Amino acid sequence: MKNVYTVATNTFREAVRDRVLYNLVFFALLMMGAAILVGQISLGIEQSVIVSLGLTAISVIGLFIAIFIGVSLVSKEMDKRTLYALLAKPVERWEFLLGKFAGLVMTLTINTAVMALGLYVALWTVKHPLQSSDVYILVAVYLILLKLAILVALALLFSCFTTPFLAILFSAGIYVAGVFAQNLRTMQTVDIAPAAMRILKAVSYALPNFENFNVMGAVSHGRVVPGALVAHATLYAVAYCAIVLAEAAAVFSRRNLK
Amino acid sequence: MSNPAIEIENLSKEYPTGFLHLKTKKSLADLTMQVQEGEVFGFLGPNGAGKSTTIKLLMRLIFPASGTARILGKSIDDVKMHQSVGYLPEQPYFYDYLTATEVLDYFARFHGLTPNDRRLRVEMMLKKVGLETARKIQLRKYSKGMLQRVGLAQAILHDPQVVVLDEPMSGLDPLGRREVRDIILELKREGRTVLFSTHILSDAEMLCDRVGVIVGGKLRGVGTAGEIVGMKTEGMEILFELRCNKNDSPLVSRATRTGERYRLQLPEDELYATLEELKAAGARILSVTQIKPTLEAFFMNLVEDDRAQASAVEVS
Repeated sequence: MKNVYTVATNTFREAVRDRVLYNLVFFALLMMGAAILVGQISLGIEQSVIVSLGLTAISVIGLFIAIFIGVSLVSKEMDKRTLYALLAKPVERWEFLLGKFAGLVMTLTINTAVMALGLYVALWTVKHPLQSSDVYILVAVYLILLKLAILVALALLFSCFTTPFLAILFSAGIYVAGVFAQNLRTMQTVDIAPAAMRILKAVSYALPNFENFNVMGAVSHGRVVPGALVAHATLYAVAYCAIVLAEAAAVFSRRNLK
Repeated sequence: MSNPAIEIENLSKEYPTGFLHLKTKKSLADLTMQVQEGEVFGFLGPNGAGKSTTIKLLMRLIFPASGTARILGKSIDDVKMHQSVGYLPEQPYFYDYLTATEVLDYFARFHGLTPNDRRLRVEMMLKKVGLETARKIQLRKYSKGMLQRVGLAQAILHDPQVVVLDEPMSGLDPLGRREVRDIILELKREGRTVLFSTHILSDAEMLCDRVGVIVGGKLRGVGTAGEIVGMKTEGMEILFELRCNKNDSPLVSRATRTGERYRLQLPEDELYATLEELKAAGARILSVTQIKPTLEAFFMNLVEDDRAQASAVEVS
């Protein structure tokens, strides 16, 4: 695992030096503007507006980073041929992939943690003191992070066998489909043939169910997030990432470099 | 006799071609060769001959259609093999957001060196390749030649027994090329095995114990530079003096004159008859030597043969 750690820390260093964390400035400006505006126009719904806006911004910014940088993790190394010298070291290809995944998840964790702090500051400016139920904002942020980890794994998988452009399209497409995966699973309709329905159900279970990670509504209204839901989402994300990364490793292990 | 450091057996590589990748093109055909421990082996060939393909196969950057290879007795599929092997890619490119010190430290970590050993080895390598003063500059500001030096430094950073260099002189100025030549010779003195590809024949003649010539994905000859070019003799050359200028022998008119000396080139089977004729004409024979093609001439002949064959296939 030492090799994985070495690749991961270098991936994090790359993100920092390539100014990926500059998005935090945008987030800070957004939250400051929102806090000032909400304080003036909202009556009694400050918490709901600020938390919803903040969590949405954390999720959207994270999505962009997960997909765009996730896809470039492998493709950039292959295009620029920085991978050549590395793979000629005693490093397994799966170690490289896992390191890249861990490095970007590390970047997203720090990025998301700083944004969460910004969200709390904005919330405090419109409503102080903070309440004990506000701790659930952290739970919501944690679940967003799990969702982003799944997206990074998917972006990594796609970039192992296709072009960056297609990998971005596939990752974004899977994200949109994953948001509606729960609806597909529970869909009841008489217009579809039973065989097609079975296929649709199977696809819906293969897709990542991002509804598992959506507690924004509950948290923005100060409601409790059950521990069982968090544990289930954690296990689901870990298992999904493991399966996708294993597939990526299998593809990448026989990939010819240019 | 020394043991083989690199053993390649029937290694072939095919690339899919066409829009649907239904056709394949062979870029390497049944390559079998050995590089002995402690020798400097030059892999010669024109662009697209299969040199880099062979090296990438050895470094498991690409995978063969068939065949096997071992380095120091270990299969190239065994990742531990890389513990004793250093590799310089062709036109190397490294993480440009890192400095030379950082990139070497990064690579050193994969070889399990302690922090102190890493620091010492990195310092030593920077000094060896002449990058001490540029150590804190990000690689995005490096020239091509400086990147080549970083590449060389990372290849020998972990004290490998076998060093594989893909076009190590590429992009270097004459001074840089000389420095690389010195490093290769130093590696040889230290008893390491060096395999390097090049199309600069003078470098190969100067550095290599043996060379292998590859053209069109096929190995066309392996041996010392002398053995390679000695595979065929192009004729004989007689050097003679003739004091009397008024000699109307047709041989004299065929010869090239330099001062009082004449140089005559002729087919091998005409040698003895010509010597008799020259003796009769009063010439003093100074030397008789075989005309052997230079490595460059041998190389060019192979390339031209290959092109002729390729165009013959296209016409038919």
